[in-house]
Amino acid sequence: MEQDKLLEIEDLSIYYITEDAGTCQAVNHVSLSLGKGETLGLVGETGAGKTTIAKGIMRLVMEPPGKYVSGSIRFHGEDLLKKSVREMQKIRGAKISMIFQDPMTALNPTDTVGAQIAEVLYYQKNLSKAEARKRAEEMMEMVGIQKNRYDEYPHQFSGGMKQRIVIAIALACNPELLIADEPTTALDVTIQAQVLDMMRNLKKELGTAMLLITHDLGVVAEMCEKVAIVYAGEIVELGRVEHIYDETAHPYTIGLFGSLPSMAGTEERLKPVGGMMPDPSHLPPGCKFAPRCPRKTPACEQQEIPLSEIAPGHLVRCIHVGEE
Amino acid sequence: MSVLVEAKELKKYFETKSGTLHAVDGITCSIEEGKTLGVVGESGCGKSTLGRTVLHLLESTGGQLFFQGKDVTRLDRHGLRELRSKAQMIFQDPYSSLNPRMTVSQLIAEPLKIEGKLSKKEINEKVLELMDTVGLAERLYNTFPHELDGGRRQRIGVAKALAVNPQFIVCDEPVSALDVSIQAQILNLLKDLQEKRNLTYMFITHDLSVVKYISHDIMVMYLGQMVEKGPAKEIFQQTIHPYTKALFSALPQPSIHNRQERIILKGELSSPINPKPGCRFAKRCIYAQEACFVDTPELVEYSPNHMVACHRAREING
Repeated sequence: MEQDKLLEIEDLSIYYITEDAGTCQAVNHVSLSLGKGETLGLVGETGAGKTTIAKGIMRLVMEPPGKYVSGSIRFHGEDLLKKSVREMQKIRGAKISMIFQDPMTALNPTDTVGAQIAEVLYYQKNLSKAEARKRAEEMMEMVGIQKNRYDEYPHQFSGGMKQRIVIAIALACNPELLIADEPTTALDVTIQAQVLDMMRNLKKELGTAMLLITHDLGVVAEMCEKVAIVYAGEIVELGRVEHIYDETAHPYTIGLFGSLPSMAGTEERLKPVGGMMPDPSHLPPGCKFAPRCPRKTPACEQQEIPLSEIAPGHLVRCIHVGEE
Repeated sequence: MSVLVEAKELKKYFETKSGTLHAVDGITCSIEEGKTLGVVGESGCGKSTLGRTVLHLLESTGGQLFFQGKDVTRLDRHGLRELRSKAQMIFQDPYSSLNPRMTVSQLIAEPLKIEGKLSKKEINEKVLELMDTVGLAERLYNTFPHELDGGRRQRIGVAKALAVNPQFIVCDEPVSALDVSIQAQILNLLKDLQEKRNLTYMFITHDLSVVKYISHDIMVMYLGQMVEKGPAKEIFQQTIHPYTKALFSALPQPSIHNRQERIILKGELSSPINPKPGCRFAKRCIYAQEACFVDTPELVEYSPNHMVACHRAREING
């Protein structure tokens, strides 16, 4: 089984340490693993630490103010945190690549889209310019853009098309792991449907594993096999999609679902969790969700709550799970 | 139940270098007192322009617009001022729609000062009352917007809109910049306020699940035109127009069961500049026939109160 694990994150903590704002505990003791070809959804609200986890894996957290406080990130068994800058450069874009949220700003406005796809091939695969161009053209067709648009600039493309270019760049070297940070959040629903459909097909075709970061539980239901719910830098619930959607256990996850107006239901009133996420530089003791939690008891705030397995593969960070 | 806002063949065009942009192109709709009309569409379909035109923030290019039976386009200065205190707006982005140099209390007091009906002391009382109504703690009275999170900022936006006791509020994507749990809090607030104050909303959004939750009637826009309109319940039961069908099927559902068939549209919105006759959706429509590219479809009643603009509506839904 261990052989199948592509990515294993263990006890990862990342803080941002600044003089005037203090220590911001962005990521706290995160452990998760991803098998070859698997898709894991990382779900949480603004400020939950999702993007820091993603950047952490890519070793893109700026140090300082960022600091890897503890843990390991093993990719094919090798700890990425122990790699040199040069070694990381060989991995980024080639073995692990990332799609950023905003396709409007992820591309270089002064360079043609084709050249931006070819660039990664040229540096990572040592292809000649002509070979890189040929492969880049293939990538463009794969993401549904005519190759005769190779020499056009980003501003000549719409948002959905730009995101396709960004995806082409990320997949150009056929990476084993793709980290997609809110890849469709900036797009309209019908365009989002096109892009998600394309990503799903490409993933099947290329066997790429994917870490999909999103706040949209609808997108997760469609794309992912496993889900991790992140709150205040911690994983509060982790499991297969069936666990999370059908046997929702953590009060925060229940609150997330309660906040969504459903298309099928006929609810008269939404049931959101009250209050807000705590400030990551002043996290409450014990359970981070306790101040907002309807099931809070004094015990919640007196101890660090561990993740416990309530069913095979379904982990929850709550001491009240199973109580009625 | 009386009609509060009524638009007839309302048009708003913009002149651009490359031609006339038909942002709102002949919209006819009415909203009854105390009800919510949800306006749905994707970026660039003209829904925000419609909202601003309905408030007469943008002067319409053509058509008629009535507020409480009065023709808004013919109001003089005095009449317009009166309209402003009856019709308000909540903006999309609580980060850029609030003056960063003003405190919470100043922001909420601003519309009251402009209205000029209350004394300083009365304004102060009213501000506190409004803060309470929208759920802003009194201790935030002297804070600046940058000290607050998106949800609280949007509560300021709601309080500002409510300050002059309006009857009608255009909500332009009021929750799309917010996280889901905060979004739900604001939606509940808007719903409560509607009940308590008998408010009428035009709720503009791209989010179908939000629109279903809050609206009584729904209007779907595509490139400046209305393609379908009807009671919310009915539209969510059966979509008639091919675009509405595609739009509804494209929304990812937060459930892993009863997955519905996806309709994936090809291509993207065409340009609203100098649009050609014929159905504007035809190029992307899987049901399009020759006639669709030639004749502009009229809005017809498909079933009572359910309007649709599609040549083949009966065939494809039959």
